[in-house]
Amino acid sequence: MVVKILSKNMKTILFVEDEAALHKTLGQVLRDKGYNLISALDGKIGLELAKGEKRPDLILLDLILPKVNGFEVLRKLKEDPETKDIPVIVLTNLESTGDIEKALELGATTYLVKASYGLEELVEKVRKTLK
Amino acid sequence: MSDKKVLEKVNIIKECRKLGLPLFECPHFIFSMMGILIILTSSAIYFTGFKYTEDPLLITLTVLIVSAVLFTMSFIITQGFEKLAEASRMKLEFLTIISHQMRAPFSNLRWVIELMKSGGAGKIDKKNEEYLDILKENSQRMEQLIERLIMVSKIEQNMMPLKKKKASFEKIIEKSILEFKAFAAASNVKVSFEKEDNFPEILIDPGQTREAVDNLLDNAIKYSKKSGKVKIKIYTKNKKAYFEIKDDGAGIPKSDQKYVFKKFFRSENALKNQTDGSGLGLFIVKSIIENHGGKITFESEEGKGTTFIFSLPIKK
Repeated sequence: MVVKILSKNMKTILFVEDEAALHKTLGQVLRDKGYNLISALDGKIGLELAKGEKRPDLILLDLILPKVNGFEVLRKLKEDPETKDIPVIVLTNLESTGDIEKALELGATTYLVKASYGLEELVEKVRKTLK
Repeated sequence: MSDKKVLEKVNIIKECRKLGLPLFECPHFIFSMMGILIILTSSAIYFTGFKYTEDPLLITLTVLIVSAVLFTMSFIITQGFEKLAEASRMKLEFLTIISHQMRAPFSNLRWVIELMKSGGAGKIDKKNEEYLDILKENSQRMEQLIERLIMVSKIEQNMMPLKKKKASFEKIIEKSILEFKAFAAASNVKVSFEKEDNFPEILIDPGQTREAVDNLLDNAIKYSKKSGKVKIKIYTKNKKAYFEIKDDGAGIPKSDQKYVFKKFFRSENALKNQTDGSGLGLFIVKSIIENHGGKITFESEEGKGTTFIFSLPIKK
């Protein structure tokens, strides 16, 4: 499923997350804060949309994803000259040191554990990354 | 049993690793050691008997029968241990899976509540906001329990490494007191903090140390009497930093004191005075302190209060 709501001159965020409920909550808040939002419910669509006609300014990426997992998505994004410069915020519930190190080594800009953040704090992280 | 399975069973180190047990507590290793001991003892008896008696056949037969009985008995016993170890491993795995699976829906729930409260999902009236507050409070309690369960499973699987750095112990305590300020005020408990001058920075994992302090302070306030006092003191002695927290609350009955650091244990006194609690806090505190190379002790008298003291090495 792909949901696209685009407006001109606004920063675009690609949100790759398999939980539909999170697209409704975090997605809603990001839209309210004035961001364009592109949503993908699996890793394969996430990769396609990252290279789509409207290139995202930032990618919010879950790690446990159907079809292509988040680590693989991240690796492919960072290997591709077209997408390697897009900042990626990993947003997941995995919190082992190994997972964090792996994601950062692969090129994630920031690693956030969902359970530790409220919506407002997440939006603030997004704002700071896009600055 | 197929040949492959027999060969797998012979690989003691692999089998012990599978059960998550150290070698000296592993049934496979214990059985092998018992086997070697039985063979050595039987051989010694056989050779001694062969040398000194006139009927070596009888000795051989006796030694063989005794060895076979001992082997069978030790096999049955170690099989029993193996089943227990396997059950314990499965319990831990179950705990890990369940707690991780519960974490995601509770994050979602928290975010939905936050969105609704902020009005992002449409305007809500005051009454509904009160209901949302109840939802928020209860989901927070559940999340806290899940986080604790995850921490326990990490501790038991040795997956909670320390990220040590030099840090201000007093600042950690001050932050903790600040966070519990509202809770202490609501419980009508006064918290005081006394520290030695020039208290040094110590080499600790600040996050985990804060977790330990938070747990002890939470307990001290929770189990204090109304208009009670909680006194925190830090000092140094013999290259160690000491943290002492004293409350004048319900205390722990003598008969319960030996179980205080066991996970899921809640003293009858605690249940009587405060129903909220998981019985995991002190288990977590003890693990954190011991991982740092420190020690935790306590003194308690029913009806008079409890004092917990832990020490942490200043440099290591």
